[in-house]
Amino acid sequence: MISQAAVIHNNEPIPLKKIPRLDVTDFQQALSAGLDTGLAITALPVVGDDILMVLRHDQQGRLHLLRTAKFNTWPSLAVRFPQMAPLERELAEECGINLKDHPHPVPLRYLPRNGQEHDSGYIGSHRFLRARGEEMHEVAVGPVHAGIIEPGHFRFLCHGETLFHLEISLGYQHRGIEKALGNSRPDKRLIMLMETVAGDTSIGHTMACCQALEGLTHCQLSPRAMDIRAIALELERVANHVGDLGAMAMDVGYAPTASFCGRLRGAFLNITAMLCGNRYGRGVVIPGGVAHDLDAELIQKMMTLVSRHFDDVTEAANLLWDNPSVLARMEETGVVTKKHARKLGLLGPAARASGLEIDARTDFQTGAYRRHQLPISVWFTGDVYGRAFVRWLEIQRSVTYILARLKELPPGNTQQPVTELPAEQLAISLVEGWRGTICHVVVTGKKGELKTYKVVDPSVHNWPGLALAVRGEGIMDFPICNKSFNLSYCGHDL
Amino acid sequence: MIRSLLARYHQGSHTIGYPAEPAPEMPARYQGRPVINQQNCRGMACSLCQDCCPSAALQHIDSGELALDMGRCLFCGECTRVCPEEVIHFSNEFRLAAGQRDDLTIRAMEPPVELRLDTLRRKMFRRSLKLRQVSAGGCNACESDTNVLGTIVYDLGRFGIEFVASPRHADGLLVTGPVSINMKEALLATYAAVPEPKIVIATGACAISGGLFTTHPETTAGIEQLLPVDLYIPGCPPHPMTILEGLLQLLDLVPR
Repeated sequence: MISQAAVIHNNEPIPLKKIPRLDVTDFQQALSAGLDTGLAITALPVVGDDILMVLRHDQQGRLHLLRTAKFNTWPSLAVRFPQMAPLERELAEECGINLKDHPHPVPLRYLPRNGQEHDSGYIGSHRFLRARGEEMHEVAVGPVHAGIIEPGHFRFLCHGETLFHLEISLGYQHRGIEKALGNSRPDKRLIMLMETVAGDTSIGHTMACCQALEGLTHCQLSPRAMDIRAIALELERVANHVGDLGAMAMDVGYAPTASFCGRLRGAFLNITAMLCGNRYGRGVVIPGGVAHDLDAELIQKMMTLVSRHFDDVTEAANLLWDNPSVLARMEETGVVTKKHARKLGLLGPAARASGLEIDARTDFQTGAYRRHQLPISVWFTGDVYGRAFVRWLEIQRSVTYILARLKELPPGNTQQPVTELPAEQLAISLVEGWRGTICHVVVTGKKGELKTYKVVDPSVHNWPGLALAVRGEGIMDFPICNKSFNLSYCGHDL
Repeated sequence: MIRSLLARYHQGSHTIGYPAEPAPEMPARYQGRPVINQQNCRGMACSLCQDCCPSAALQHIDSGELALDMGRCLFCGECTRVCPEEVIHFSNEFRLAAGQRDDLTIRAMEPPVELRLDTLRRKMFRRSLKLRQVSAGGCNACESDTNVLGTIVYDLGRFGIEFVASPRHADGLLVTGPVSINMKEALLATYAAVPEPKIVIATGACAISGGLFTTHPETTAGIEQLLPVDLYIPGCPPHPMTILEGLLQLLDLVPR
């Protein structure tokens, strides 16, 4: 039945009416068949009166689409396919569908139902799983939790020091981004909202948005613009990965790397600021290209700084791998097996650390990644060490990539005109952000307006991975496991 | 052990000399404090800059004068691109913080206004200020750039300023984000848990005015309606230097 699906490439527009519409039973069978054959669910958005399924075929680099009319009851597939669990909860919350036989049918984000005053307490009414017995106790943390960090509620079910189960209740950061974009024109505001979906992934999300718009309007970017975008995206990855290595060092109490990497993360952000004036790359990616160009002098400056900071990062990272007491905390802590990673549909470094060879830069190539490929950085242990080491591999490869792109920056313009959006078309845009594959689903209406805008941050798929990783660990290992995933709250809550 | 010592030697010292020395240079493309050249402005007849502003930061006030509200501004620079008369430009000035909401409005070329906490709280907090950070719908950009102050580059600890885990150990809150409806109760509870006297710092356009999300019913459009604010730090996100300078100004630790 999955053979009936419409198959498209990344950013390839497709007229809405060409996506086959099945009845609910066939739709669910097709979905199950797809997941059985190794496809992964990427998004399950509501598009007008339909529900759309977006499945990813990583090896072929294709997306499989099917739709069905909205219905009242959805027999849950989450027990057989755990990767469906968060998306089914989202679906139920957004369009009032009843979930049948879902293992834990609670709202995903606690959308304020009408913005009323009394709704501020609604999110606190989450029905957590319970466990009873001698020495069983619960630890409740959040939404305001230690450190300078976004809010979320974590409920630990503990037996003595051992963590039996972690339940994560999010939604505190919900700002109504998708709703604000429904039935809007693509303007400056759209791009700015994309930059704030997750502030630390400004470039990743803005690129996903712009690629979708460019796909829909058949806009062909200049090679120079593509390369500058790739430089910005890889700088974002390096800065965040360096920061994460430092944060993990901090959580195992290893001060030297924590201190060095804390500074170096900022140093890489400052290189992004040389490109566009903003440390998070705001304003650099625009529909049709990039807003800022590089001249020979700036290129030289950036190359020098990237190389210099990379030397310092190398030294800081190698201190970690040479230190037995650091490794003792990282190795065999928070293990997610390859089988479980696949079942949960994990993405990004978290998936690659468990041995899944997936990376949208390779599987769904766009822009500069088409002409210049990057190897996929994979490790096999699935533990905290694996997630740290994959980050280190990616830092090295991204730095090489940045230097090569800067050195060989092709000539040409940086902006191409973008025409009006065509009517009733759909495009899906995948970008490998530093946390994993970002997915944007863009659907246009009758007059070429944005009818539906769906954002799926990799965190939506990866939060359940964290909950699984900490099972059976001591509760004191939660911080290091959490840092090894470093997921987005606002990217999840939107 | 010897390797980590050698690494420490090799990495060197990176703490900035500010405030004893001049602040580090901002990147050439950095967009700091806006400057308005009123003479060139076409006045009420033209609304190009207002129409393009994604957060409604620009408006002509009664006399036809153009005013830019930094509390709303996202520093995107779109207005500088549409204005044919080059009325607005963003300078390299990173000192943006203000103690009064009105002081964030820029009408012409004006130096930053002095700001200072009242005597009682200034005396209490000048040598030791503990803050609890609350992200209420923030996108993690303001949060990250606040976090950066704890690194060796800015070394906030040398001023006696520290971020603490419990609001009960804190002297005040540093709030980011437009205050999502879902975080409102938690924010108010955290504020209530801070012992008196206390201060509140609004960091970023979202916290000050709701920023991009002013019109979203899922947010309360900033903390202004919820809490008494002592320090406004504009930006999207503010540069770490802007936040640092604001904090030091508040405690009267640097001259302006």
